[in-house]
Amino acid sequence: MPAVSKGDGMRGLAVFISDIRNCKSKEAEIKRINKELANIRSKFKGDKALDGYSKKKYVCKLLFIFLLGHDIDFGHMEAVNLLSSNKYTEKQIGYLFISVLVNSNSELIRLINNAIKNDLSSRNPTFMCLALHCIANVGSREMAEAFASEIPRILVAGDTMDSVKQSAALCLLRLYKTSPDLVLMGEWTSRVVHLLNDQHMGVVTAAISLITCLSQKNPDEFKTCVSLAVSRLSRIVSSASTDLQDYTYYFVPAPWLSCKLLRLLQCYPPPEDGAVKGRLVECLETILNKAQEPPKSKKVQHSNAKNAILFEAISLIIHYDSEPNLLVRACNQLGQFLQHRETNLRYLALESMCTLASSEFSHEAVKTHIETVINALKTERDVSVRQRAADLLYAMCDRSNAKQIVAEMLSYLETADYSIREEMVLKVAILAEKYAVDYSWYVDTILNLIRIAGDYVSEEVWYRVIQIVINRDDVQGYAAKTVFEALQAPACHENMVKVGGYILGEFGNLIAGDPRSSPLVQFNLLHSKFHLCSVPTRALLLSAYIKFINLFPETKATIQEVLRCDSQIRNSDVELQQRAVEYLKLSSIASTDVLATVLEEMPPFPERESSILAKLKKKKGPGAVSVTELEDNKREGGELNGGGERGPDTSAMSTPSPSADLLGIRSAVPVGAAPASAGSLLVDVFSEAGPAAVSAAVNDDGFLRFVCKNNGVLFENQLLQIGIKSEYRQNLGRMYLFYGNKTSVQFASFTTTVSCPGELQLQLNVQTKPVEPLVEGGAQIQQVLNIECLTDFSEAPLLNIKFRYGGALQNLTLKLPVTINKFFQPTEMASQDFFQRWKQLSQPTQEAQKIFKASHGMDTEVLKAKLLGLGTALLDNVDPNPENYVCAGVIQTKGQQVGCLLRLEPNAQAQMYRLTLRCSKDSVSKRLCELLAEQF
Amino acid sequence: MKQKLPLLDSITLIDIYIRFMLLFSRQGKLRLQKWYVPLSDKEKKKITRELVQTVLARKPKMCSFLEWRDLKIVYKRYASLYFCCAIEDQDNELITLEIIHRYVELLDKYFGSVCELDIIFNFEKAYFILDEFLLGGEAQETSKKNVLKAIEQADLLQEVRLLNDIDVGTKAVSY
Repeated sequence: MPAVSKGDGMRGLAVFISDIRNCKSKEAEIKRINKELANIRSKFKGDKALDGYSKKKYVCKLLFIFLLGHDIDFGHMEAVNLLSSNKYTEKQIGYLFISVLVNSNSELIRLINNAIKNDLSSRNPTFMCLALHCIANVGSREMAEAFASEIPRILVAGDTMDSVKQSAALCLLRLYKTSPDLVLMGEWTSRVVHLLNDQHMGVVTAAISLITCLSQKNPDEFKTCVSLAVSRLSRIVSSASTDLQDYTYYFVPAPWLSCKLLRLLQCYPPPEDGAVKGRLVECLETILNKAQEPPKSKKVQHSNAKNAILFEAISLIIHYDSEPNLLVRACNQLGQFLQHRETNLRYLALESMCTLASSEFSHEAVKTHIETVINALKTERDVSVRQRAADLLYAMCDRSNAKQIVAEMLSYLETADYSIREEMVLKVAILAEKYAVDYSWYVDTILNLIRIAGDYVSEEVWYRVIQIVINRDDVQGYAAKTVFEALQAPACHENMVKVGGYILGEFGNLIAGDPRSSPLVQFNLLHSKFHLCSVPTRALLLSAYIKFINLFPETKATIQEVLRCDSQIRNSDVELQQRAVEYLKLSSIASTDVLATVLEEMPPFPERESSILAKLKKKKGPGAVSVTELEDNKREGGELNGGGERGPDTSAMSTPSPSADLLGIRSAVPVGAAPASAGSLLVDVFSEAGPAAVSAAVNDDGFLRFVCKNNGVLFENQLLQIGIKSEYRQNLGRMYLFYGNKTSVQFASFTTTVSCPGELQLQLNVQTKPVEPLVEGGAQIQQVLNIECLTDFSEAPLLNIKFRYGGALQNLTLKLPVTINKFFQPTEMASQDFFQRWKQLSQPTQEAQKIFKASHGMDTEVLKAKLLGLGTALLDNVDPNPENYVCAGVIQTKGQQVGCLLRLEPNAQAQMYRLTLRCSKDSVSKRLCELLAEQF
Repeated sequence: MKQKLPLLDSITLIDIYIRFMLLFSRQGKLRLQKWYVPLSDKEKKKITRELVQTVLARKPKMCSFLEWRDLKIVYKRYASLYFCCAIEDQDNELITLEIIHRYVELLDKYFGSVCELDIIFNFEKAYFILDEFLLGGEAQETSKKNVLKAIEQADLLQEVRLLNDIDVGTKAVSY
């Protein structure tokens, strides 16, 4: 038993806890617990009414058992009974039990809400606080429904005690976080904002969290908080360390409130009012100055609190990104921290500097710390600090220091934690590509990457080096020489074999003059790796061999022999066997000319965003690569041309008739073919159309974004941007397409075709005029489509675009976002009518339903906007559950009108939706349901 | 569609400053758990297991922050107990560290040099103090005096009721 037992000791509880602690084994503990549970159950079920104290004691024991990790399935009712006890201690335990073991049993919630209601209206501040704590702890929707309108009143009432105000503010915040639709500030806004001026620091501390959250959501309504926050901050920052009495923490005045104030200001742009801004800049300067003053205490709490404010101030300075002087000062301050003996400060300085590196004002200042950061990467003992150092190096990299940084990252990679290697590899690959002026350096770097961390080099990385080598003829000889040397290593990574095979197959001739790397030596070197490789690599090597036959006729006999042997031509793997058979046949029947044409060097890849960058973005989420994006915006010269996703993929061939494919001139991949097969190696090698065929796969992605809106960008790559504006009336629509040439080079033979595949031609009538065949660099041309909906439809019309860019044919097919819902006419109706029609449409085929997971936030306003964008009328006060949305509309086609009713039921807790559609035509229900399920 | 685990959803989507606070011993025994985001019992247990393991594996001189899933863990060891809070990446780590310290100070002041046993035997008090200090994952009252005053008032309320109550089985109220 501990020496201190304040308040009322519950002896039975203490004995029980001691018993549990004395248990020698898990089994003994479980036995003791089961005994106690049986005891409590019998007490609760017994005939004798339990007094309040016993009830409290048993509830507390149950709570203890639960917190040990055991399931509790009874006692809730007794806990609820305790809530209405007039003894504080019993009430308190009851609330604690409810807070910890909340059960969504609706019976119980109603009882709990009743008890809370009584306590809230008791005018006893201690009881009111308990009730508010319980609401904040549970925060369920039922509670929000019951109390969300009551709490703002308590918060701003003149006679509310300070402690109750504090609880009310945070309680409201908690409800707002989970049920924003139920918390309406409206008339209270101004009084809530003015809590920033409250005399009681505790009230301000609590209220500011609420104000910050509300400001993020409704910046305009709350913008008066900016000047109030600035003056409050100014008063705190300029106060002496003892002025604020108990709100001073280790000689730092109100650190928590200061941080929260600085955080609130980050919801807004810099103040427009000159006086307010001047005062704020003064505050920020004072905070920076204080960091230079000698500490008032040696305690770590003092420096932590002081630096917490400093870091928050720096965040605000970075957020404003408009005060060069402050940015540079912030950077210098962080520079000092980089060498601080506190690991925490070094970590935070590295992290904070990462964001500073992306500001044009402080980028140079950050760069001056490169040696320290490199040192941190080498010497920090904590992997999370090293990781921050690596991130910062990545962020501060530019053309001037790229070689040094890449070299350091490479050497770090040799010992780096396994968990971060893949990301490091991507970063090195991106930097090497981005800042390469000297392409031999780029090739060296990537080959080093493969050597050091081959397992972590993803396909995107090695595809990329090949794309670049193919696009840059000044580096091809060097690349061939380097891979040849790298392949000499007795054990080299399979990725190296892939790159080696590909590059030698294309450019082996460039080093064949040297007898040490004669064609046969090259072939033998590659083939010595063959048997240790996986099937895709072997497939790639076979392609390299056939390319050898073309490059070096003297190797023909040797290679044919290899292809002819049983292990190739009868290989159990279909892909390998097929390649061996085809290549053998090709090499023996085709004339030299045909061979030379078919096996010609790969044409350059089109310019597109680096797929590696896309991968890193995907891995880290938006924001993680902000620096790179910033750099992208001010694109410097000398960047590498890059191909897109297509790499020398070695996936299975798609055509069943090999000979036809070999000699036929494939112009495009059939619509609907999977993008993976579009990039198959054979296709690349034999395709005359060159890289263009790749993008012919139908783009689905843009299409779905337009279901609930009519204007926007449908498609964009490095070359071309396609914008859309459209309007619909009745069963007619007009769509404007804007094609923008993003390059500085003319697009030639620009043609667009709109087609309605299959039965769509009977359902939809789309007419347009041809466009001008030339699109100048930087120019935009427009095309108008007239659309008529004849009857309901499910497919989308296709837009095919062909043009020549720098000699290469570009071919692109997109789904045009013409969807059935575009022809909606909204229908307003009252609740009664709605349900009457709902019932009329009760045949099972008329209804389509889907339950799906939310893929976006479940924000009410966004949902409403989307439903309105759909074209239907959004009906208020129809569904008995106000959380649900119901809509009604009529789809206008030439032949008929289709009435549609929609009901969307969100479940915020589970982050799920149930969508139900009932339409007078079965196919419409089905199609709308498919379209809409992807929207929320 | 986003392919996220439901676990990550509720823990990262609801933007509450402190997502949860855990106290556990060097032996990995959980001493106090406070969840400010709604999670199922199963999820809570999974998170606890994972975090206790991760934090206990860290060496003494390492930094007090670590990235965990999409969140950041701020932790500090006091004698045999680890205190740890989960916050978001953009939140202020140092001020969170001092939130932990202030809570330790509050416990210390209330129990008089607090030790692990105090928290085990008086876990309900540890919860009450925490509720006065933090509410809904945000700092409610940072003044040590004010928090303790609230708790002591409540204790006093209990004493008075207790003394008036003849049904009470035990009066072992010791100071």
